[in-house]
Amino acid sequence: MRSLCVEPFQNFSVVDTGARRTLTYCSPWKTNHKHEAVLFPPPSRPIRKSLCICLSSSSKLPVMMEEEKKTFDANEAALLVKELNESFRTGKTKSYEWRVSQLKSIEKMVVEREKDICEALYKDLSKPEFEAFVSEIAMVKSSCKEALKELKHWMKPEKAKTSMATYPSSAEIVSEPLGAVLVISTWNYPFALSVKPVIGAITAGNATVLKPSEIAPATSSLLSKLFEEYLDRSAVRVVEGDVPQTTALLEQKWDKIFYTGSPRVGRIIMTAAAKHLTPVVLELGGKCPAVIDSDVDLQVTARRIVAGKWQANNGQACISVDYIITTKDFAPKLIDALRKGIEECFGTDPMESKDISRIVSSNHFSRLQSLMDEYKVYNKIVVGGQRNQKELKIAPTIFLDVPGDSQLMQEEIFGPLLPIITVENVKDSIDLINSKPKPLAAYLFTNNDKLKNYFVQSVSSGGMAINDTVLHVTVSSLPFGGVGESGMGSYHGKFSFDAFSHKKAVLYRSFSGDSSVRYPPYTPEKQKLIKAVMNGGIFNIILALMGWSRD
Amino acid sequence: MIEFVQDNEERIFQALDQDVGKHPVEAYRDEVGVVAKSAKLSLSCVEKWMAPRKGDLPLVFFPASAQVMPEPFGVVLIMGSWNFPISLSLDPLIAAISAGNAVVLKPSELSPTCSSFLAENIPKYLDSKSIKVIEGGIDVCEQLLQQKWDKIFFTGSQRVGRIVMTAAAQHLTPVTLELGGKSPAIMDSSSNPTNMKVIAKRIVGAKWGSCSGQACIAIDYLLVEERFASDLIDLLAKTIKQFYGQNPIESKSLCKIVNKNNFKRLLDLLKDPLVEASVVYGGSVDEEKMYIEPTILLNPPLDSQIMTEEIFGPLLPIITLDDIYESIDFISSRPKPLAIYAFTRDEKFKKQILSRTSSGSVTFNDTLLQFLCDSLPFGGVGQSGFGRYHGKYSFDTFSHEKAILQRGFFPELEPRYPPWNSFKLHFIKLAYAFNYIGLILLLLGLKK
Repeated sequence: MRSLCVEPFQNFSVVDTGARRTLTYCSPWKTNHKHEAVLFPPPSRPIRKSLCICLSSSSKLPVMMEEEKKTFDANEAALLVKELNESFRTGKTKSYEWRVSQLKSIEKMVVEREKDICEALYKDLSKPEFEAFVSEIAMVKSSCKEALKELKHWMKPEKAKTSMATYPSSAEIVSEPLGAVLVISTWNYPFALSVKPVIGAITAGNATVLKPSEIAPATSSLLSKLFEEYLDRSAVRVVEGDVPQTTALLEQKWDKIFYTGSPRVGRIIMTAAAKHLTPVVLELGGKCPAVIDSDVDLQVTARRIVAGKWQANNGQACISVDYIITTKDFAPKLIDALRKGIEECFGTDPMESKDISRIVSSNHFSRLQSLMDEYKVYNKIVVGGQRNQKELKIAPTIFLDVPGDSQLMQEEIFGPLLPIITVENVKDSIDLINSKPKPLAAYLFTNNDKLKNYFVQSVSSGGMAINDTVLHVTVSSLPFGGVGESGMGSYHGKFSFDAFSHKKAVLYRSFSGDSSVRYPPYTPEKQKLIKAVMNGGIFNIILALMGWSRD
Repeated sequence: MIEFVQDNEERIFQALDQDVGKHPVEAYRDEVGVVAKSAKLSLSCVEKWMAPRKGDLPLVFFPASAQVMPEPFGVVLIMGSWNFPISLSLDPLIAAISAGNAVVLKPSELSPTCSSFLAENIPKYLDSKSIKVIEGGIDVCEQLLQQKWDKIFFTGSQRVGRIVMTAAAQHLTPVTLELGGKSPAIMDSSSNPTNMKVIAKRIVGAKWGSCSGQACIAIDYLLVEERFASDLIDLLAKTIKQFYGQNPIESKSLCKIVNKNNFKRLLDLLKDPLVEASVVYGGSVDEEKMYIEPTILLNPPLDSQIMTEEIFGPLLPIITLDDIYESIDFISSRPKPLAIYAFTRDEKFKKQILSRTSSGSVTFNDTLLQFLCDSLPFGGVGQSGFGRYHGKYSFDTFSHEKAILQRGFFPELEPRYPPWNSFKLHFIKLAYAFNYIGLILLLLGLKK
């Protein structure tokens, strides 16, 4: 059932997770919360009092849903956290058996309900089944499989070396869960980006609350249903809703908050977390550049760019290619190759293709439209440009040499628009990239090893791929996360387990070998011996003991 | 940095004596020695730490390589603390430098002699274009925190930790917060008299031997069974006398309280009549010299300030329990501390402590030494902070680990691209399951 909204809010303009315009937002909620000096994004519904159609069978639901939404306030949130903490304290979630049972249930859930999941993704994003499988379902399945295979090994304490300074002793690092954690998810890969962090949280032994994005309402309500059915309710829960519910959750004290979304909301999350000294992982976004050298295999390059742009939720992905930089001479060839690649993948009229996602909402459609229509860029379109507001479709569109101060080059695009910027020399592209905030991913296509090295050394980004796009996030031995504006912390594979764990240092000592050197009253002789012990040399220690130290 | 500490050892001792009355032995052990050790380790390991690490790649990506490459964050801010004003400023500085960052160090204004010593001398030894020391108080901190840093490393109190993180949130700056808490020590009955003497020494050393209790990892309070309390108190009293003489305030081996504010704060903790009544040893003060004698309390009320706030001073409450196993619930029902110390030889008890409590670290049968162990991460959890350092963790704390995937143009997998059909879906499903045989069969047309 679509999520219900009776708009109590007025006086706001468009924004939602993923867009980055700052807006004024007046709400009766705001006045109660002194700390909300920074605004929180209102729901993505259009600017009017609206009553969304309830597609469920119950006609009483509009009023009930409104009440339901209203009742999840700070008190409810506090009760939820209390309940989860109590559950955590019983030690249940720490046990290997519990973690395995939940992981197996998630695996079962994905296998048994694949069809429902694909349907929800199609409802929310018109996501082609293939993309849904490859980028969401398969990713979740392989996360589960890996966690199940490796969990015993990950849970084992890690031995640590000890030195002369603490002799005799033994040391280890014990991984332990943090407690009750909050995962706030996003709308573009609403299934994978909800379930993967939850897998990480469960693998590490935590009690978890998932707040899926209201901008993907079908997936959000499916997740709520599926978690209820398949997972241990006493320790893993879903809270649906939008701003009020998220605000209520953020007021509580969590042991970790994991957020995927926009930098703007990331700031709000971190500020809320700061009140409780809650550590955060922020998986944000940015403008992911792709630099194309002229010595590349053009056909393969073009197809990989198509894969990394329009096959990635039609550009609505944090790691999709945001813009391209190439040399002036090479640009025309590249544009032709891209045009061909688009046609090969999506047919002569991409607007008719079933293999491409739509724009998620009318708000985002309007946002992208205004990016396209800005006077600085509208006449720079070289491929595409078609749009259909009713169906929320925009064709793969390429721009050539838009001005650096256009909105298209200032904001994260998060859509099917691809600006190509040309430079004299391909090396200049690196200065251009470094003049912007650090992106989540950076891509380079070249056969020139020197350029590869230079790029890797000089460009700071969350991750990078050379001669490909997007794939690096499927390698679970690589951490997936941002840096600077693109975020902090990382996950995937063992990094997920680590992200949701505390690594406790443990030192074992015995009573033997106690030296009075450690204790007052302090004397110059003790000083010499301490120096020798701390500097680690057994020779120095012997010298010091014999009174022959070098000081 | 190594030269800096070697050349200036005496002057550092003097500055520490001036600021907190620290004896040169303590000063070497906790400050100069720590910095020298850190710098030497970083020097010998930095090349290894800087090297990219290979990542495992499934065959299906062939040909490709995956690696994780550490890179500096950029320009980082380090805020030092006053209780170990040299090591808690310079150890993070060494870490930031080994990771390749430019650094601003803001030492604590509550240790002014050390702060100005650092401001004056660091530029003489280190690259003053990339490493700067800024002195000042709250107003300077506020100004610094308004800037966009690529990382902030803060050592200090929870209250200020919140302020730092809130400021960092405006710029999405990652932070490491090394905070504090009430680090408990547990003593059970499984120790014989000889060991008891050692235990007493270690407790006294960990409480009063570390900046007179003004240390984040000092023992804050002690948990022991009722029946051992009075023996323990006697033993502790004896040990205190052994270490500090009859008149500890005159001892050169005891640090003073850093300033009037903290002095007053500590005295206020004792003002509560019920707390005052629970003092069983010590209690005298010298307001002029700002010394407080090692003081032991027995069972002050659990809701008194001395039992709800981090003490950070030379007052040691002892809380008695009927059964030492109760200590686990006692500790786990309170905010997570930076360290837990447990004196026990009961292996079952040790396991329970490890699995049912959470803290930055746990040390069995000793105190403070975890700080010197470079292979152990040093940091808190929950209210005691997040992030960690020491050894390689220092380098990692100031680095961004960049994931890099390198591929060639050949071969190219058709099934990656639309238009989609069931063959391509089947292919991808097999690829994801790493079912290479299935893939080959599919390609040969032998699999449906």
